[in-house]
Amino acid sequence: MEWINAIVQGILVGGLYALFAAGLSLIFGVMRLVNIAHGDFIVAASYLAFVIIRATGLHPLASLVLVVPIAALTGYVLQYGILNRTLGKDILPPLLVTFGLSVIIQNSLLTIFTPDSHKLDAGVLETASLEILPGVAIGYFPILVFVTAVVVIAGLQYMFYNTGLGRAFRATSDDTEMAQLMGLNKEKIYASAMALCLAVVALAGVYLAIRSNFDPFMGPGRLIFGFEAVIIGGLGNLWGTLVGGIILGVAQGLGAEINPGWQVLAGHLAFLFVLAVKPTGLFARIAG
Amino acid sequence: MTPSVSRTTQSSRIAAGVAIILILLLAAAPWWGSVATERLIGEFMVYLALASLWNLLAGYTGLVSVGQQAYVGFGAYILISLSLLAGWNPLYAVPVAGLSAALVAIPVGKLVFRLQGAYFAIGTWVIAEVFRLLFAQLAVLGGGSGISLPTASIKLIAENKFWREASIYWLALALGMGALALVYGLLRSRLGLALTAIRDNETASVSLGIRIERMKFAVYVFVAGMTAMVGSLIALQKIRISPDAAFSVNDWTAFVIFIVVIGGIGTIEGPIVGTLIYFLLREFLADLGSIYLMILGALAIVIMLLAPKGIWGYVRDRYHLSLFPTGYRVNSTE
Repeated sequence: MEWINAIVQGILVGGLYALFAAGLSLIFGVMRLVNIAHGDFIVAASYLAFVIIRATGLHPLASLVLVVPIAALTGYVLQYGILNRTLGKDILPPLLVTFGLSVIIQNSLLTIFTPDSHKLDAGVLETASLEILPGVAIGYFPILVFVTAVVVIAGLQYMFYNTGLGRAFRATSDDTEMAQLMGLNKEKIYASAMALCLAVVALAGVYLAIRSNFDPFMGPGRLIFGFEAVIIGGLGNLWGTLVGGIILGVAQGLGAEINPGWQVLAGHLAFLFVLAVKPTGLFARIAG
Repeated sequence: MTPSVSRTTQSSRIAAGVAIILILLLAAAPWWGSVATERLIGEFMVYLALASLWNLLAGYTGLVSVGQQAYVGFGAYILISLSLLAGWNPLYAVPVAGLSAALVAIPVGKLVFRLQGAYFAIGTWVIAEVFRLLFAQLAVLGGGSGISLPTASIKLIAENKFWREASIYWLALALGMGALALVYGLLRSRLGLALTAIRDNETASVSLGIRIERMKFAVYVFVAGMTAMVGSLIALQKIRISPDAAFSVNDWTAFVIFIVVIGGIGTIEGPIVGTLIYFLLREFLADLGSIYLMILGALAIVIMLLAPKGIWGYVRDRYHLSLFPTGYRVNSTE
């Protein structure tokens, strides 16, 4: 029963990893940008929620009403003001600039909030659970996270293929010059994509902070989980990131069953295994 | 009126002279400096070596790794294991660390080379994390809390403290200057011409018959081996290592990247200029702790956006200066 439990919990955690990954996948799809500071944005969103909750006494889920728009606006400004300048044929500038941002965010959080870890208190939501099998109980909160991931991915998928914004994203991604000739403003399209990415990041950050303790240096780890989910699932496939997240979550759950020290390691090994046998990921849509 | 071809310039001849005097002066440091001086220069050499190697990797072959700490930590742990478990003189463990890291880099490289560009960067980071977590599992090497080099091993290096400190210092000097010299020599060779061609235009170099992937792979393995030797030196300097410190992304990659970007990526002089600036800034700002890192990060971002070739790139373009010329110049003799 312990093993079944580990697998079930792993699947549900996979939803959170898919939320980490969806934003990465989105901006890579639109502008081929890999944001090294992605994980730090997630943790920064956790801290933003922490500050808002402390000031207003809101429930963590209610704080999303503020955290999501603030994050999205930040993403728009950041892309428009800084990151757009780094995009071009050379891959070095975006990599190094986002790497610099990552270090700046971590150390800003450290300076403002100290290295102590914090957690958001979501009350009964955290403890309530449903027993599906004897010995296998699933919490309402993990279910909520998983359902959110499914809804977010379905929403992004719908946006991509059924809305004007999605058409603009695809057009800019496929042929930037032609899209601009058709009157699209590349800079604004990219900024909108980053805004959307950070909206998802905000969700992920608040969920992360409800689920476990967070501290200023958690970002790189979350970036790596999201990245692994993207690569396992296959570049450019949003539903693939959900599968990738689930595989990662299950691998970590099983690893932890063997030995607590193996939890994260087992996830990395699963990723390296997929990279060795199927380097394009399971359901790749676009070439790297 | 026959034109002649030369590889040197006025400034490079002066630079070579100054470099020889400087190296002799540095080599004599145990007699004119204190232990603190030796340790400071030793640390300088560590960063100079890491920066030159990372610059070779990222600046010339476009392999932007953020996971070089994998090899730093690996080298450090090889030195500790050989000293602790096999009773070796730690100095002998240094080349072994380099060789074994190069061997490990072959399968690891095969794996991460399946990822392109920015994804390669994060892939190397995953590898470093795997190394860190694996070494943290080894109870015989202290597990997660780390381990110290035993006193008996330290005594094997030399009889007394003066020679021990001097030996570790000379090793640092040899690795710092060696890394610089190797990178310079490599770039002046046939291989270097190919690498420079890859840096400038990958498509054109393929069409001229340069086997890019093999070349990049060879550089990756070479840099891994050298980085591990520097890692083993770090273990000697610090005496105590732990997985978190040995595989630290901040210490062995973030600082190194900032040094190279600020100094000038894709130039041999860049890492030297960057390391000097890094140590100067640290003298004045180290008390600020985490704010110091933020300033470095911000400086690197500003330079990347405004002067992507860094400080040396700016100086070179402005004054046509080259201390370590790798190209050929045609002089007409009139």
